[in-house]
Amino acid sequence: MTQTIGALLIALFSMTVGLSHANETTRESTGGAQTMQDIMARQAGQQIDDSFRRDATGNPDAAKQITEQLGVLGGVSDSEVFRGIRYSDLDIKVSNSGPAADILVQDGGMRWLELRQGPLAIYGGGALLGIIGLLVFFYFARGRIMIDGGPAGTTIERFKAVERFGHWVLASSFVLLGLTGLLTLLGRQLLIPVIGHEAFSTLAIGSKWIHNNVAWAFMLGLFMTFFMWVWHNIPNKLDLVWFAKGGGIFGKEHPPAKKFNAGQKIIFWTVMVLGFSVSLSGISLLFPFEYPMFAKTFAIMNSVFGSSFPTELLPHEEMQYAQIWHAIVAFVMMVAIIAHIYIGSVGMEGAFDAMGNGQVDLEWARQHHSLWVAEEEAKGKIPAGSSLSAHHGK
Amino acid sequence: MKAMLMAFVATALISVAAYYTLQGAGYSAAEKTTAPSSVRLN
Repeated sequence: MTQTIGALLIALFSMTVGLSHANETTRESTGGAQTMQDIMARQAGQQIDDSFRRDATGNPDAAKQITEQLGVLGGVSDSEVFRGIRYSDLDIKVSNSGPAADILVQDGGMRWLELRQGPLAIYGGGALLGIIGLLVFFYFARGRIMIDGGPAGTTIERFKAVERFGHWVLASSFVLLGLTGLLTLLGRQLLIPVIGHEAFSTLAIGSKWIHNNVAWAFMLGLFMTFFMWVWHNIPNKLDLVWFAKGGGIFGKEHPPAKKFNAGQKIIFWTVMVLGFSVSLSGISLLFPFEYPMFAKTFAIMNSVFGSSFPTELLPHEEMQYAQIWHAIVAFVMMVAIIAHIYIGSVGMEGAFDAMGNGQVDLEWARQHHSLWVAEEEAKGKIPAGSSLSAHHGK
Repeated sequence: MKAMLMAFVATALISVAAYYTLQGAGYSAAEKTTAPSSVRLN
């Protein structure tokens, strides 16, 4: 009995050691195929170096000879054909000659889909809810920023009609693009369970039409506002003072500013730089496969920053990168613009008038853009008898 | 407010114009992938 148990233990130990060795299979012992470690790593979601498969496509000389173990019957094995399809390394013919139609398998698409439905939707949506919550908190904590001493009663022209027109073309198109973009990105997960497939289908088709066509109005608005306001938004030393005083948001003191203060300059450059970027990725998405730009961008980044982004991308990967980048940039812009909408409407007394009828209260202008008012005074554009001392009876 | 309303109208007009311009140019995903010129029938 004791001998039998001893024999069993020895056998078990031998099997364990044998399994342990099997788990450490080398590539050579599998004839170049993937090992147990590769399979386990992939199942654990780890990145593996698949060059041993990627580079072993369609080369008959690389195949095992027919006389060898695991030898093939033809010049190329089925596995090599499949790898050729998977890594787009075969000269195949398909009945559809449209763009990228000869890409039959693109397994990177799954990673894109998971990123799109997972982190992108969660963090992007979370950022929007976060900024809205923050502004609600700020509103109740700080309250509306009022004109100290009340309005002067006289107004000054802040923006000309063409400036307001450009702003509202940009603003209205951005709101439409933001809403339809969110519908496209999050609709499947959030709306289908609520309104059903049929209703969402109609909504999604409408959203796509609006998004694709309103985009041109956005680009026009971006172009107009850039050329009208870029001169006034060049950073200068005054911006540092404005930042040092917190923009006058938290105290009673109003730091001096010209036509645009440092906070507005941040919004301006955020909209311009990200708006340009989102327009480029949008054009790439509007004309699928016609304007790939990420492989070229990655090549430039690699040469400048020494990074190692992929510089050879399949047509579908180009589109996937464009979509992900388009959404990330749009989320950042939405966060910034929600804050901008707040401060330009309920957050500050008298601010909306600047873009409403173009006329702002003189006292508001003095408190938030004192140097600009001084410039307008020097040009003789301030109505007579409307000085600060006259208003306050000093 | 007139400039704002005009901008809203302009946004709508630009969108419709863009739609008909691109459609007239034959540029759509459907056009690119299913047009007779894009499908090899033999």
